[in-house]
Amino acid sequence: MPQLSCKKLCLGYDGREIVHNLNFSVEKGDYLIIIGENGSGKTTLMKTILGLQPPVRGKVETDDKLKKNGIGYLPQQNMVQRDFPASVWEIVLSGCQNKKSFHPFYSKKDKELAEENIKKLGLTDMKKRCYRELSGGQQQRVLLARALCAASDILLLDEPVTGLDPKVTEELYSIIDELNKKYGITIIMISHDVNAAVKYSDKILYIGDETFFGTKQEYIESDISSAFKKEEKNG
Amino acid sequence: MAELISKLTLYMSYPFVWYAVIVGVLIALCSSLLGVTLVLKRFSFIGDGLSHVAFGAMAIAAVLNLSNNIFFVLAVTVICAILLLRTGRNTKIKGDASIAMISVGALAVGYLLMNIFSTSSNLSGDVCSTLFGSTSILTLTGVEVWVCAVLSILVVAVFIIFYNKIFAVTFDESFAEAVGTHTGFYNLLIAIIIAFIIVIAMNLVGSLLISALVIFPALSAMRVFKSFKSVTICSACIAVFCSLFGIIISIMFSAPVGATIVAVDIFMFFVFMVLGKFCGKA
Repeated sequence: MPQLSCKKLCLGYDGREIVHNLNFSVEKGDYLIIIGENGSGKTTLMKTILGLQPPVRGKVETDDKLKKNGIGYLPQQNMVQRDFPASVWEIVLSGCQNKKSFHPFYSKKDKELAEENIKKLGLTDMKKRCYRELSGGQQQRVLLARALCAASDILLLDEPVTGLDPKVTEELYSIIDELNKKYGITIIMISHDVNAAVKYSDKILYIGDETFFGTKQEYIESDISSAFKKEEKNG
Repeated sequence: MAELISKLTLYMSYPFVWYAVIVGVLIALCSSLLGVTLVLKRFSFIGDGLSHVAFGAMAIAAVLNLSNNIFFVLAVTVICAILLLRTGRNTKIKGDASIAMISVGALAVGYLLMNIFSTSSNLSGDVCSTLFGSTSILTLTGVEVWVCAVLSILVVAVFIIFYNKIFAVTFDESFAEAVGTHTGFYNLLIAIIIAFIIVIAMNLVGSLLISALVIFPALSAMRVFKSFKSVTICSACIAVFCSLFGIIISIMFSAPVGATIVAVDIFMFFVFMVLGKFCGKA
């Protein structure tokens, strides 16, 4: 059984349907990139996968393990965070919010998990540093560590490289790639970056007037890829 | 100097001075705790808006001749806090506009009611003391001190129990929501706590100056400290110190209590700003 699958999924909000009949599935260890133009419904899809918004029709199915552990999420950065006085340690630890039952304080196990993920993303030296003093790439690494505290099987990333310079973007992509290859974490990433999609992903989901879902090779050979590229150039 | 000290020791021998100090410190402590969250969530003005609502509610209570008006004021303020946060989400009137609307509206209606129905001979004095805090902090009874102490302990306890959740919701609401934290509930909780604090603090600084108690300690602490925990603890300490110091000064020089405390808060803010510059360079 796939880790996560969508069958005949229709998405929208306020009763308006914007994405029709979406079919795709993600196996454990996959690296899926979702591309599409602005307003095509990428973020709506992400919210639906996270269970924050009910689909108009159809449903998202997850395997039992995922149902139990949930999905790690890396949202787009917001204004509040830019000048937030919080240490790296506090932020990573906040990934351990327990969803099933209420515990006012973090357990020893939570702290060990946070420690482990800080190490995994090479943040040990900056544990005590203040989040707002870090560079954009370092901040994203902190948020990745937090997402891993929430769920260790699958990560959902919402345009993680927005606002980063090319060098840092490349670094972040290779970190995500490492998480996927070395630790077998399933990655679902929303992106504008078609080139990165072609370079790193195993599977590509394109949302637009037409939808496409398939392996990277199938995407490169399809008509949609050339049409989308042309549009990118014109735009 | 010796004269001042003997004056202070004389005042300190009266129980009503002790009551004032205890209540003042407790109020300042409570209001500073949520300050960090409110400043960061861009809700600095919710305190202002709600305090004007409390002013309006007080006017209504006075007109209706309610004997125990604190509970009435509390209920009205909590309801308005909930409404403000609800409207902040998805309505035609957006966050800052709805706060401005409710706050100015309540102020106007409150003053109007006081003016039309007031039985007091010194109307402008009444209004002034509700807006800028009264000397009534020096006429507190033992029961009022107990009520204030219990409410304060409640606020501090709730804050400590939900500290981690409040941090998570403040720092990143969408992440917290995605991992299954009920962000709506915690936003509601924050609003209710704030409503409580404002009603408790009305006596001390009055409804125009409450925002100062809420945001100044947090802003000062944020100049220097770098983690959420240290900022919160530091702002609580600043608040307690400023309020203690402000009350003592105001008693000795017979200055208005609320305004003096706020003045000390402003002074501390500048001290911490300089400290922050200094630490940043080192």
